[in-house]
Amino acid sequence: MDLDSRIPEGPIEKKWDTRRFDMKLVNPANKRKYTVIVVGSGLAGGAAAASMAELGYNVLNFCYQDSPRRAHSIAAQGGINAAKNYQNDGDSVWRLFYDTVKGGDYRAREANVYRLAQISVNIIDQCVAQGVPFAREYGGTLSNRSFGGAQVSRTFYARGQTGQQLLLGAYQALERQIGAGKVKMFPRTEMLDVVTVDGVARGIIARNLSTGKIEAYAADAVVLATGGYGNMFYLSTNAKGCSATAIWRAHKRGAYFANPCFTQIHPTCIPVAGEFQSKLTLMSESLRNDGRIWVPTKKGDERKPGDIPEAERDYYLERRYPAFGNLVPRDVASRAAKLCCDEGRGVGPGGRGVYLDFSDSIGRLGAGTIRERYGNLFDMYERITGEDPYTVPMRIYPAIHYTMGGLWVDYNLQSTIPGMFVGGEANFSDHGANRLGASALMQGLADGYFILPLTVGNYLAQTTGPKVDTTHAAFQDALKGVNATTSKLLGIKGKRTVDSFHRELGKLMWENCGMARNEAGLKDALQKIPALREEFWKNVTIPGVGAEMNQELEKAGRVADFLELAELFATDALERKESCGGHFREESHTPDGEALRDDDGYCYAAAWEYKGPKERQVLHKESLAFEHVHLTQRSYK
Amino acid sequence: MRTFALTLHVWRQKSAKDGGRFAEYKAPNVSEHMSFLEMLDVVNQDLIAKGDDPIAFDHDCREGICGMCGFMVNGSAHGPHRGTTVCQLHMRHFQDGEELWLEPWRSAAFPIVKDLAVDRSALDRIIAAGGFISVPTGSAVDGNATPVPKVDAELSMDAAACIGCGACVAMCPNASAALFTSAKIGHLGLLPQGQPERHDRALKMVAQANVEGFGHCTSVGECEAVCPKQIPITFIARMNRDFLDAVIHERPQSDRGGSG
Repeated sequence: MDLDSRIPEGPIEKKWDTRRFDMKLVNPANKRKYTVIVVGSGLAGGAAAASMAELGYNVLNFCYQDSPRRAHSIAAQGGINAAKNYQNDGDSVWRLFYDTVKGGDYRAREANVYRLAQISVNIIDQCVAQGVPFAREYGGTLSNRSFGGAQVSRTFYARGQTGQQLLLGAYQALERQIGAGKVKMFPRTEMLDVVTVDGVARGIIARNLSTGKIEAYAADAVVLATGGYGNMFYLSTNAKGCSATAIWRAHKRGAYFANPCFTQIHPTCIPVAGEFQSKLTLMSESLRNDGRIWVPTKKGDERKPGDIPEAERDYYLERRYPAFGNLVPRDVASRAAKLCCDEGRGVGPGGRGVYLDFSDSIGRLGAGTIRERYGNLFDMYERITGEDPYTVPMRIYPAIHYTMGGLWVDYNLQSTIPGMFVGGEANFSDHGANRLGASALMQGLADGYFILPLTVGNYLAQTTGPKVDTTHAAFQDALKGVNATTSKLLGIKGKRTVDSFHRELGKLMWENCGMARNEAGLKDALQKIPALREEFWKNVTIPGVGAEMNQELEKAGRVADFLELAELFATDALERKESCGGHFREESHTPDGEALRDDDGYCYAAAWEYKGPKERQVLHKESLAFEHVHLTQRSYK
Repeated sequence: MRTFALTLHVWRQKSAKDGGRFAEYKAPNVSEHMSFLEMLDVVNQDLIAKGDDPIAFDHDCREGICGMCGFMVNGSAHGPHRGTTVCQLHMRHFQDGEELWLEPWRSAAFPIVKDLAVDRSALDRIIAAGGFISVPTGSAVDGNATPVPKVDAELSMDAAACIGCGACVAMCPNASAALFTSAKIGHLGLLPQGQPERHDRALKMVAQANVEGFGHCTSVGECEAVCPKQIPITFIARMNRDFLDAVIHERPQSDRGGSG
């Protein structure tokens, strides 16, 4: 089957206008006759739920946390990009579009990225009007800073808590609609299946995490905005509850999964401290505005950083990439750090770390200015490591942070299941093989505020089928299936904890499918993953029962899904023999070690179709055409 | 790396309907580099291995921003370290042989879900009552159209940093949600965009806090002391001022209806 991305005709600047004009509309008085399910309450889900409720639709919004305000968007630190050109430094919609396509190493869909850049300016306006307390200059105008992969200052921020403030803006808009009765909120509720009737998404099955009750919910359309699957690696910067469960179960119901192997490894995270480590903490990319990254020139140099003279320090990003320096994109910075550590020049326990040093900036600007810019990040670093970054350089190392892959969607953000839309990190659409910093918040809010409310409406205006409710056989079958899986998990009563399986999977994936991948390692992973999955289903132990709060049962369901997704991940990584963005195949690099794309062979999005538990998934290709940003070897030198 | 042993007394309660009790557990191998929740993870892994029910506690981001975690450690919300959520509290602050008492947040407005996890949806309902600026998607003017003095934006951000964890309520002898409520009123009331609804917001949010069963503020100050984001109680004074102002200046809504 050829994938139809349904990109509008016409010049790229006019495509979104064209689509908006061509859309079918639901008359304002009829909107209240439709119900939309939104799963997830982060930037994409929360904004979509609030905006669709404002339009008049009835919205059912689900999140696994105890409040929609806690979605993991809240942890984004550094900022949000927008092509406002408030700094008069030459920015434009075109430049943001160009930087994002290039930053994604030419594996994103041009039309989507252009729309994202266009909408970026509306997002800032919307957020300011909601009361997001962005950083400001003394004259009262909005401040900007720079982020990786860009040579203009287009990143808006609220201290190191930009994600929190943007999410609270969306959350407050959502709470306004909850108060008005237009959104019914289901916190502590986890989606466990999508229900389709005649191939069309008509609802979900979800488990109440407080009582354990599993129930069905019907609607006219379903939106998934459930984030990424980085937790497959066990150690990542994701929140502990982040999972692939919603998108994976939708995948098994017919939604194609695109580019699963495109993973972002963030260069600046606090290194692992021990075996008990439960998650990794990011130190914002914004720190690279004022921090300089270095390692000792000598291998195994055990001196304290302050005792290493300037001449014996290798500021390797500034040396290798003079044009972008410490602000190269994340994939480039991560690989460079790995390379230094592989050479034996890493610092800290185990030698898996590099320095991020602020002494020059503190000397130039004073500690006060640095505290004002990054105070909360420095405090967080000190709390975790017990070291004071004002006097000792931070130690950082790359960690899994974001997944560019996700459910395949067309230009309208509709998946291959009609009536099921996917927004934010859960879809694959805008970041190609590498996401630029401060672009995740932009995409989540573009999808949630400005795209989904229109495209879902367009879909609803054309639905003709009869209304269904949860008494329909499809709902009852799905309920039975979910109940059976829950009973099966609880009935295994084996010897190993859920966490022990999750850690083993994570370690395997990090070693074989992490920052560098090769054919032998991927094949090895494809041998080991099914074996581990088999053992899980025979030997996992879950205490307690289903009809209560049971956090081990929640984790078990998520790990079971990761164990399936991992196999597709490795399959996709093996299939894509080129290197691009965050996907680095050791077999494919330029003479100076940069990722080498193969545009003749792999200039497509890989969309995988689920065929059954024992079958190999079928690969569909969406060819990518680059008419505006011409395919060239990415260079940040 | 220093390792040491602790004794934990943990509140165990199956659900809001069941009774609860303290149970004693040993944590024999605590590393100084662990976070408090990682220490509990290890205890839970041992409990599961023994066939016992692990301790339920809320947590998610584990970097102090989502506000999902929180319980009392020796009578102090989020434990002994100032400006720190319990997920960011590291074990290097504890000594070998210490006894720790872990209890859920205590407030009638926060019913217990299980063990250390409580239901804080009352806080969401306070926000739903008026903790927002009514600006439908798409109706905003340019972001720089209204300059905001830097000092106001910064002060607003100080209040907006609230993570909604509920520590202020748990620590308050009156179980008051005044610091939480005032943080939102302060965040929005300090910005020009928040002015049209400023009075209405104060009246509605305070009224909802009363409906939820939170107590009144008597300026004890425990909330400020345990707030992981160190939000000062001066925002409560600001809330009281807005509330009083709103009561004095309350204008009846026109009953003339629409013009259509």
